[in-house]
Amino acid sequence: MAEPQHAAADLAVETSGVCKQFGPHTALEQVNLALAREERLAILGPNGAGKTTLIAVLATLLRPSAGALRVMGYDSADAPAEVRRRIGLAAHQTYLYPELSARENLLFYGRLYGVAGLEGRVDELLHLVDIYPRRHEQSGRLSRGMQQRVALARALVHDPDVLLLDEPDTGLDQEHLELLASLVQGRAIPPRSVILTTHNLERALSLCERVAVLARGRLVYQAASAALDHAVLRDAYRRLAGAAP
Amino acid sequence: MSLALRQVLAVVRKDLLVESRARDLLLSMLIFAALSLIIFNLALDLRGAVVREVGPGLLWLTIAFAAMLGMGRAFVREHERGTLGGLLLAPIDRGTLFIGKLLANLLFLFVMEAVALPLFAMLFNLPVLTPLVLLITALGTLGFATLGTLFSAMAAHSRAREALLPLLLLPTTVPVLIGAVKATSNAIAGIGGGPPWLGLLLAFDVIFLTLSYLLFAHAIEE
Repeated sequence: MAEPQHAAADLAVETSGVCKQFGPHTALEQVNLALAREERLAILGPNGAGKTTLIAVLATLLRPSAGALRVMGYDSADAPAEVRRRIGLAAHQTYLYPELSARENLLFYGRLYGVAGLEGRVDELLHLVDIYPRRHEQSGRLSRGMQQRVALARALVHDPDVLLLDEPDTGLDQEHLELLASLVQGRAIPPRSVILTTHNLERALSLCERVAVLARGRLVYQAASAALDHAVLRDAYRRLAGAAP
Repeated sequence: MSLALRQVLAVVRKDLLVESRARDLLLSMLIFAALSLIIFNLALDLRGAVVREVGPGLLWLTIAFAAMLGMGRAFVREHERGTLGGLLLAPIDRGTLFIGKLLANLLFLFVMEAVALPLFAMLFNLPVLTPLVLLITALGTLGFATLGTLFSAMAAHSRAREALLPLLLLPTTVPVLIGAVKATSNAIAGIGGGPPWLGLLLAFDVIFLTLSYLLFAHAIEE
């Protein structure tokens, strides 16, 4: 089994010079990111800025064309399985099998991760995301918001150190946006490192300790949320991203 | 039980559960195989020695095309529903994932053959329900399913996925199909499955399994 590189082990996520090319198109260019353990970072950016590509690279779904990614000290090129074990991803796609119930989906993914005490863990998560009463219904018959909550549970089934959330509020109603906030902020579950992409500046400031703006594949702005208010962030976003948030 | 074995079983179990509810993959293979055999029987009206010569070819043609119909869906379904990403996110060795998907494909093909072989025996009056023909069928199916699983993973990423699988699979499985047809002919004629045909089937199965296991990560990722 690969050992974590101790020099970087105090960081949850670290990218150095990450680039991603799709043919002639540059989706990510020299992205350098460092996220401390239990730190929460919101990434903002207009459509096509590269947010989803960055999340896919961080989740090891895409290989960077250049540069390196380390998660909890493990290099994604040398120890991809160790990186995957430490990451949970909830994205636009729920990754749920529509023919399987919410519970069956979580059990399946839990088995892939080798989760111990899986049945109990799955029931606990189903209660947490408020799906337990409908746990035996096929996922394809649940509403989009309910599927998104099951997807959040799927991302947490193996208790990852790092949670990647790509616009995780898709389809969630007001009540469950509060649930999302409690997951991100470590109130409903133990705190962990979170990288969240969103178009919502208010949500980015309220949920995360740090915000970054991605534009044309480059990280063009990073600041602590405590040092910002909505107006300052909106002005910076407009100036750097060249678009209204 | 090792984690890899539990992951293989999880993938197989999931595929069986999904298919038991979707019923699109197995049903299409079964209907295709049954219709093909009935049409061959009615259209060709084979008798006497000719049926012994042509029959094994018709049987393997039916198995090959029915298998392509089913295996083509194996990864396309994962791709279309976006669940492929969920599989690739998990810390599962890509070779382990390949074994899981291959076993599920094999189970579906064996179910299809459990219907196709007795139907073939009945329509063409040939002794294909013997242990030797069943062994040949199992080996031929393994070779076909191995490359089918690999190529369906590759084709799933392509826009021309429906056309790509047969274009990749048919030329590369020629040795398996020839070996299976010849071995089946010999077994029906009562002169055994080989050598060299049974041995050839076995050798190609080993080669295809090894290559597919090693190449699967490149086929499935990005």
